[in-house]
Amino acid sequence: MSSDAKHAADHGHGHDAHGHDHAHDDHHDPKWYSPARWLFSTNHKDIGTLYLVFAMCAGVIGFVFSGFMRAELAEPGLQLFNGTAFGGFFGTEHNYNVITTMHGLIMIFFMVMPALIGGFGNWFVPLMIGAPDMAMPRMNNISFWLVPVSFFLLILSMFVPGPAGNNGFGGGWVLYPPLSSTTGHPGLAMDLVIFSLHLAGMSSILGAINFIVTILNMRAPGMTLHKMPLFAWSILITAFLLVLALPVLAGALTMLLTDRNFGSKFFEVSGGGDPIMFQHLFWFFGHPEVYIMILPGFGIVSHVISTFSRKPIFGYLGMAYAMVSIGFIGFLVWAHHMYTVGMDVNLKAYFVAATMVIAVPTGIKIFSWIATMWGGSIEFKVPMLWAIGFIFLFTVGGVTGVVLANAGVDHFLHDTYYVVAHFHYVLSLGAVFTLFCGWYYWFEKMWGVKYNGFIGGLHFWLMFIGSNLIFFPQHFLGLQGMPRRYVDYAPQFREWHHWSTIGYWVAAAATIVFFIGLIEAVIRRRKAEANPWGEGATTLEWTLSSPPPFHQYNDLPRVK
Amino acid sequence: MLRKTLKVFALGAASLVAAGSAWAVPTPGGIDFQTPVTETAKNVHAFHNEVLWIITVIVAVVTALLIWVMIRYNKRANPVPKKFSHNTVVEILWTVVPVLILVWIAKGSFPLLYEQDVAFNGEQVAEADVVDIKVYGNMWYWDYTYNQNTDKEFVVESRILKAGDPDRPLVTSRGDLAQLSTDNPMVVPVNRYVRLKITARDVIHSWAMPQFALKVDAVPGRLNQLWFNVPVAGIYYGQCSELCGKDHSNMPIELWALPQAQYDAWLAAAQADPAKGGREYLYSLPRPGATTQVASAH
Repeated sequence: MSSDAKHAADHGHGHDAHGHDHAHDDHHDPKWYSPARWLFSTNHKDIGTLYLVFAMCAGVIGFVFSGFMRAELAEPGLQLFNGTAFGGFFGTEHNYNVITTMHGLIMIFFMVMPALIGGFGNWFVPLMIGAPDMAMPRMNNISFWLVPVSFFLLILSMFVPGPAGNNGFGGGWVLYPPLSSTTGHPGLAMDLVIFSLHLAGMSSILGAINFIVTILNMRAPGMTLHKMPLFAWSILITAFLLVLALPVLAGALTMLLTDRNFGSKFFEVSGGGDPIMFQHLFWFFGHPEVYIMILPGFGIVSHVISTFSRKPIFGYLGMAYAMVSIGFIGFLVWAHHMYTVGMDVNLKAYFVAATMVIAVPTGIKIFSWIATMWGGSIEFKVPMLWAIGFIFLFTVGGVTGVVLANAGVDHFLHDTYYVVAHFHYVLSLGAVFTLFCGWYYWFEKMWGVKYNGFIGGLHFWLMFIGSNLIFFPQHFLGLQGMPRRYVDYAPQFREWHHWSTIGYWVAAAATIVFFIGLIEAVIRRRKAEANPWGEGATTLEWTLSSPPPFHQYNDLPRVK
Repeated sequence: MLRKTLKVFALGAASLVAAGSAWAVPTPGGIDFQTPVTETAKNVHAFHNEVLWIITVIVAVVTALLIWVMIRYNKRANPVPKKFSHNTVVEILWTVVPVLILVWIAKGSFPLLYEQDVAFNGEQVAEADVVDIKVYGNMWYWDYTYNQNTDKEFVVESRILKAGDPDRPLVTSRGDLAQLSTDNPMVVPVNRYVRLKITARDVIHSWAMPQFALKVDAVPGRLNQLWFNVPVAGIYYGQCSELCGKDHSNMPIELWALPQAQYDAWLAAAQADPAKGGREYLYSLPRPGATTQVASAH
């Protein structure tokens, strides 16, 4: 793999200089401040940038929402959501549920997915496979612009009636009826949430089709699938998951919509429907969704580990097919989210077995990353810190997943803080760490300036300490029986909730440091190098200038 | 060496379990299960602790490997990287060993699942010996129907007690616990099989009892079943465990397990006046079981 890529690098470099000049001779790059450049953009790098900027804004909102939750939960009793605090700004208990719901939906659909798939996927899939752009650039534009519209509808839903006398939808990101049907939320808020998710889903499906077509058809000459960089592999698999999973969500949402508005009874008991059917449909989407969020991160981490160990990735094919099998098995395990709904015991037994199988390919990935570092010459640059931190945290989150896979134990732990701790370890500390990993890895490549290594390192350490402090004590709370989605709790749970809230403030400091780092880089404008990472960085994007030319690969690089 | 280490771990586990036995309701700063009460809960607890050791060792091994590569293979210690990218033996090992570990876990997991799920763990129990209680989840309280479909049928409505509430005040001197105590608890006899038939009237709720390691959703239009056999008289607490709207955190589950004679007396009193009589009888009793010590600690 590495020697192939190295050849490609040599070739690509020679041609690229030409391509760059060529682009400049023909027509000038649009100015960065031109609105038309962003509104009508068909350039994969510009669209990637739009996705990243959007994800950053949505991420801040989602993060502030989690701050409201942690502030509320710092002490037993009602701190914020008591109808009087801050002039009643936070409303009542219902608004707490709205905030948790919105936090979940925003972080999943408007932060992690746009950043990892839309942002880094758009930026680096074409660069890595040696393609001049995405296969369908104009569809790429609509994929992006649906997202802010969808986000607007979601935020709007918080300000229109939900249940009687309250605004917003507070039924959790899983949207289970009858709480999400007219029984629980007769108001318009839930309909807006449905429309929002329809649009977000449409955007993701269009984007996914674009990625599949691009990767299958536009790889540089000589780049077979088995020579393709692992990040492109991860996006390819993610795109297939999106195309297969999202229509199921769309179907379930549409049924919910007609139940709510047109008298159908899909999930209405009074008409012979069954609310559990919604849960099956939802989780048939929802479980692949968690892999959709983590697989691109797997790809990024593979490149970073290899780059900073100055060693080719260990077991390249095993890594690629581990992702394929994770994606495949991901469709066969959905009901492990539903062990307590009253399923047949034999059915539960099947889901226990199938779920535990996923630990095997995941283990292969963890061990292969360590084997990549083994014998390497490791440099602890900022992206590498995030990558190593990710491996550790994902392992912690992964093993608690093995605990939860056992229905016998899950009957106890289901819907407790143990689950909250588990999925935040794999997502908030897993997916988000890979996101920052990719951010620092490609920072120079994308923005053409260098980040400050000290600030990047500080960001990492604060985030590592903060997020562990938030989520590790939540295991204890869960084992003690603290249920999820509680605005108020028994005083016995206070201690670990309190530590968790302190952790939030550390993570908040980390987030401020992140933005300071961004601003510092903008002000200082240290000139970027084409390849700051040296011989370990072997993929094609490092053969281009930083930032890359507006149109790259006018002559296709050849991979031997 | 390894055996010695394992022994230390095992001792540690044993002491944790021993320390746990002093705990009843959630403990301030507690990091472990609430004390398991039923046989099933003890089995769940034991199985969880076994898996906890397995995953702790796995995390420790991964962490140790990470630390080792960071020390041994950093740029200073190893300036020239090796070039290998395959090793069939270790690749087979790290596939097969996890499979074996998972098979080991599954070996304990499946019997546990069937024990919880199959009524009375497969034991044949005469219907007359089973205590049947119909449980309804409502926004936002539970109600319990006793003697359903007989002329002695009555319903107990169970709502949260709140400090300062004129109708349902929380009285700490009585031993009431904030966010956990209710006005009318569910009452069951000890040492008998209890079968709950659970459903809901509006949205989905979930009936949970941590000390029995049990939880099942109350779904409108569906009848779910749960069984347990409480060996120790006491007061046990659970909380609604499926998001059900605004007061999701305000519909706790309080369960009194009483000796048969007291249970019978309560049944008679409650049947005569479900809203009040049952409660007055319960307050006339000394508070049963381990929970008293916790209550007095507050």
